[in-house]
Amino acid sequence: MSPPEPGPPAPAAPPSLEVRGLAYAYPDGHQALFGVDLTVPRGERVALLGPNGAGKTTLALHLNGILAPGAGTVAVAGLPVDRAHLAEVRRMVGIVFQDPDDQLFMPTVREDVAFGPAAAGLRGAELEARVRDALTRVGMEAYAERPPHHLSFGQRRRVAVATVLATRPEILVLDEPSSNLDPASRRELATILRDLDLTVLMVTHDLPYALELCPRSVVLSDGVIAADGATRDLLCDEELMRAHRLELPFGFDPRSVRVPGT
Amino acid sequence: MHALPPHCKLVAVLCFVLAVVSTPREAVGAFAAYALLLAAVVRLARVPFRTWLGRLVIEVPFVAFAVLLPFVAEGPRVEWLGLSLSEPGLWGAWNVLAKGTLGVAASVLLAATTELRALLLGLQRLRLPPQLVQIASFMLRYGDLITDEMRRMRVARASRGFEARGVRHWGVLAKSAGALFIRSYERGERVHLAMLSRGYTGTVPVIDEVTATRAQWARTAVLPAAALAVCLAGWLLR
Repeated sequence: MSPPEPGPPAPAAPPSLEVRGLAYAYPDGHQALFGVDLTVPRGERVALLGPNGAGKTTLALHLNGILAPGAGTVAVAGLPVDRAHLAEVRRMVGIVFQDPDDQLFMPTVREDVAFGPAAAGLRGAELEARVRDALTRVGMEAYAERPPHHLSFGQRRRVAVATVLATRPEILVLDEPSSNLDPASRRELATILRDLDLTVLMVTHDLPYALELCPRSVVLSDGVIAADGATRDLLCDEELMRAHRLELPFGFDPRSVRVPGT
Repeated sequence: MHALPPHCKLVAVLCFVLAVVSTPREAVGAFAAYALLLAAVVRLARVPFRTWLGRLVIEVPFVAFAVLLPFVAEGPRVEWLGLSLSEPGLWGAWNVLAKGTLGVAASVLLAATTELRALLLGLQRLRLPPQLVQIASFMLRYGDLITDEMRRMRVARASRGFEARGVRHWGVLAKSAGALFIRSYERGERVHLAMLSRGYTGTVPVIDEVTATRAQWARTAVLPAAALAVCLAGWLLR
């Protein structure tokens, strides 16, 4: 008996995020993006670095169709981001905004985490299980019935992450996840993000945090991708850093830091 | 009391107040009966009497209006302690005072036994327009945040040596109020973005549907039913 014929190789999963030639100008004429190309394969954690005003947040708002591109395309897991797929895309792209008080708008933590899946039609026991699971993943299950304004800032940020985890996203987009966090909350959030096992795009200008969490980084400067490579290599390229107003904190040497999990 | 579904309690308070306001004002005994009924429920709900009576203070501005009535109203006048008072005015004042106080007392009881959050769920269940419920729940969520922002602005003003002492400083306060409005408005826009990002399409999904059993409805109906009986007695015995 001959061994069975090997079938055709399984098609590779489409990348979690594929941005092609994305350009955008705000209605007031200010051009923020000039043809951005970015591919994030499944399961990868990528940092999107850039100085203030480089267009990082503008790019993030294209990923779930809040802003519609002037030119170019965005696709999430092979699904084009356009009007026809808006609901599905917003479920698959979990954006965690910079200010958790903007993100947590429901009266209690539990209802806030339930909002996304409930908007997608989930109800009853299944919804409860989803909420509990999301809160457990960020270590906040004991706070389900609390109103968000009774939590510390770090706790609110973690709940904000849970609100998007609850929709089972394909990709997590974090806008400045480390801003306003004290060192302990920073570390806790880093541990959580590392253990998620999810595609992550982290928008930040916190370079040590990028090095700690993301093996790969891209630099967005003046509306284009100016560099794309291993985070440590980019951070060690002093000329590149200087050219794009990216500066390492005093005393931080990316060469000597041991990155956990590598 | 605390455990009863919020929408039942809302309906009960509404019916109670309706019964109170439709009682003839001359039926003084009926109002005493209402007060006793409420007091009994307060006792049953284990709300401390002090808290209950203390919160009645919010009624004071209306009381001031009622006190004025006997002096300004028309009609035959009576002499009392050297004061000339209008008789219909006195009845009018009594009417406002008695019905107002009972209404406020019932609402205070509702507020003391029901969380704000639960009240909103109750209103939602009673099919209040969802926009109104959404506005109220956002007020509940962001009220603290806005007060906090206001406090920070006051600290910032004070830190630069500003103290509001008179009319000349109202301009500064008005500008602060304007800045606060703009900040809240911008926050509103950011919150809206965050809501859209999580699949908001105009309606907030109902996550907690409050339900009531027949027995719970029956229990909450006791107070308004008793009030209705008192009201009818008031009309019949007039």
